[in-house]
Amino acid sequence: MKRTGVFICHCGINIAGTVDVKKVAQELAKHPGVVHAEDYVYMCSDPGQNLIIQAIKEKNLDNVVVACCSPTLHETTFRNTSKAGGLNIFRCEIANIREQCSWVHKDKSSATQKATKITKSAVEKVRRNESLEAISVPVTRRALVVGGGIAGIQAALDLGNSGFEVILVEKNPSIGGHMIQLSETFPTLDCSQCILTPKMVEVSKHPKVKLMTYSEVQDVSGYVGNFKVKILKKPTYVDPDKCNLCDECTKVCPIVVPNEFELGLTGRRAIYIPFPQAIPASYTLDIKACPGLMPIACGKCADVCDVKAIDYDMKPQIIEEEVGAIILATGYDLYDKANMAEYGYGKYADVLDGLQFERLCSASGPTKGQILRPSDHKEPKEVVFIQCSGSRDPENHCAYCSKICCMYTAKHAMLYKHHVHDGQAYIFYIDIRSGGKGYEEFVQRAVEEDGVLYLRGKVSKVFEDKGKLKVWGVDTLTGKHIEITADMVVLAQAMRPAQGAQELAKKLKLAMDKDGFLAEAHPKLRPVESVTSGMFLAGAAQAPKDIPEAVSQASGAAAKAVTILSQERLYHSPTVAKVLSNLCTGCGMCVQVCPYEAIAHKDGKVEVNEVLCEGCGTCSATCLRAAIQVKNLTLHQVHEMINACLGG
Amino acid sequence: MAEEFEPKIVAFLCKWCSSAGSDLAGVSRMEYPPNVVPIQVMCSGSVSPLYIFSAFNKGADGVLVSGCHPGDCHYIKGNYYARRRIHLVKKLLEFVGLEPERFQMSWVSAAEGTKYTQVIKEFVNELKPLGPQNKLRRNP
Ligand code: FES
Repeated sequence: MKRTGVFICHCGINIAGTVDVKKVAQELAKHPGVVHAEDYVYMCSDPGQNLIIQAIKEKNLDNVVVACCSPTLHETTFRNTSKAGGLNIFRCEIANIREQCSWVHKDKSSATQKATKITKSAVEKVRRNESLEAISVPVTRRALVVGGGIAGIQAALDLGNSGFEVILVEKNPSIGGHMIQLSETFPTLDCSQCILTPKMVEVSKHPKVKLMTYSEVQDVSGYVGNFKVKILKKPTYVDPDKCNLCDECTKVCPIVVPNEFELGLTGRRAIYIPFPQAIPASYTLDIKACPGLMPIACGKCADVCDVKAIDYDMKPQIIEEEVGAIILATGYDLYDKANMAEYGYGKYADVLDGLQFERLCSASGPTKGQILRPSDHKEPKEVVFIQCSGSRDPENHCAYCSKICCMYTAKHAMLYKHHVHDGQAYIFYIDIRSGGKGYEEFVQRAVEEDGVLYLRGKVSKVFEDKGKLKVWGVDTLTGKHIEITADMVVLAQAMRPAQGAQELAKKLKLAMDKDGFLAEAHPKLRPVESVTSGMFLAGAAQAPKDIPEAVSQASGAAAKAVTILSQERLYHSPTVAKVLSNLCTGCGMCVQVCPYEAIAHKDGKVEVNEVLCEGCGTCSATCLRAAIQVKNLTLHQVHEMINACLGG
Repeated sequence: MAEEFEPKIVAFLCKWCSSAGSDLAGVSRMEYPPNVVPIQVMCSGSVSPLYIFSAFNKGADGVLVSGCHPGDCHYIKGNYYARRRIHLVKKLLEFVGLEPERFQMSWVSAAEGTKYTQVIKEFVNELKPLGPQNKLRRNP
């Protein structure tokens, strides 16, 4: 019989306070196969670990059981200790007698009995464990970055500069994300275009970066180090290599639809370039708006294109790529304004959201940088900004704080004053959150230098009255009702995960938090990793954040991806399913239930792909003949563990 | 009455949610009766009907299977298979005359230490009036 040693930790008084550790040691010493049982005050300490190593050598142990805290804490520690003693790491098992016993019970005798059962169960398991070595797989040393906003661009550049090939996928016709729509950025008021366009050019010209715009990730299979990705390249019907940006096509196109880049403040044609600095610099034919690709339906754009860049026969393409790591930088969209009926959005042309206001301030925007009311093109003399529009309102809208609105509203008010010197800006706020380098000073500047009036309170209603907008609110500091007659109202809409991001997350089997943002593996210690290994998060896809934060997270995600890409091989747990081929009838039930498509038919039986198998055991529970079992947690092992748990 | 009957319970907890949830109950120093001895499995979807029969056969008075909430399984869909399978096993056990209360399934996430505590307390309370399970026990 295999020789097992049992080591019971007091964990100070954390275990020994409730569990009679001496008694557990005595009981275990009587258990068949146990040749050594001892207790020690801190088993994880250096002397404690040395006790184990010594016992392995002196008592010639085959197996080790450490009865201590949860395996999530010290399984690796003690497996390494056992390895140092000359054992295979799978010859060590942990009995969790702290979290699942001493900490949750008070009665010493019953806690001791339970701890004994838990420890015996671990002994029964370890006796039947196989010695296994990690499965190693080669790494595909390229990365995929999804989303071409500032976070995605930064991640792609960092990866490219580290020497790895990157595929940067963007669903829109141009990269740049929301940042390229902004006029100036807080707290320095740099022009957003001026700081972003050079990066856009850099990433598009980078020899290591393959840019795929107007493309969407359709499917991802595989596992860390070896993902297979299917990317749908939507047809733009314009050959970017031939297109010379002459703009003749838009002049003849008869169709006008709202311009997404200008957030509907102007229109665009069915064939269009999103904005003059778009990358790639080319036109896109919006098939949803176009009356038809048949020359009989219209065909005007192809007629005027001298360089024959327009190709109506372009087809959607599915491109398959292999990568070792994936970074998700899918960004945000503003909370649907249709939900803000109380603020009159959609009803009144002069109620705008923050991004629309950015476009009004932007020198390249629809008004060439003049702040004018969309309704009558007059300069607004009084503007009300409403913060937390849709944020921090768990009953009706989003429960969370969108984080950037305090700052950008201060910026908007400031920019407004810089454009309209004799105007007055009012800001309704709940709190001012201006944590960040130079942020508090920025808000102060808005108040002191630009005379922005901050009103603490909520707006209850916005309605039209004689061509003006009446804003009703309550100043919660004075308790007074406030009425402002404004020319324009700007809503600091909440940030939401970008449209389509949730569907993508489902395809990639990524976890989302309760608000639909991508969930990080640990909120404090693993903020850029997703729960799926090999997939990382950057930017507002994970939570609302501003540009510097998005950029730092992107660089963090890129660095994390490099920890994978820089390796020749990755190692994978060997506790995978195995087929007992003498029992297997090849019925294939396991093949159907496997979540990883790791089981395949072969020669009338089935076969497990050990690299794909995650060891979940769904197959083993499905097999009627117990012909497929997970290594080191076989049916036999579980039977014996149950026995031990029941004290039999 | 002499001593109160203390049911013996085996709990199959998936590693990623329910076992982590029960760890959290420990870390938060919650208290529940010591009748349950946990066995950590990778996923609720790996709990074979044979585990359950085996536990009753070996004298368990109650068996609990606990996994991640539907949709949250670490292995994507293991707990959906578990849910269907466990439903069938429950029907089968009822058919052979076992009290349905003796076999339960729960969804406990890694953040739900309180819920785990509650599940155990309720389970123990429901089992106490039933007395020992002899229907499927090998040597009653
Ligand atoms: S891992 Fe918890 S139920 Fe599958």
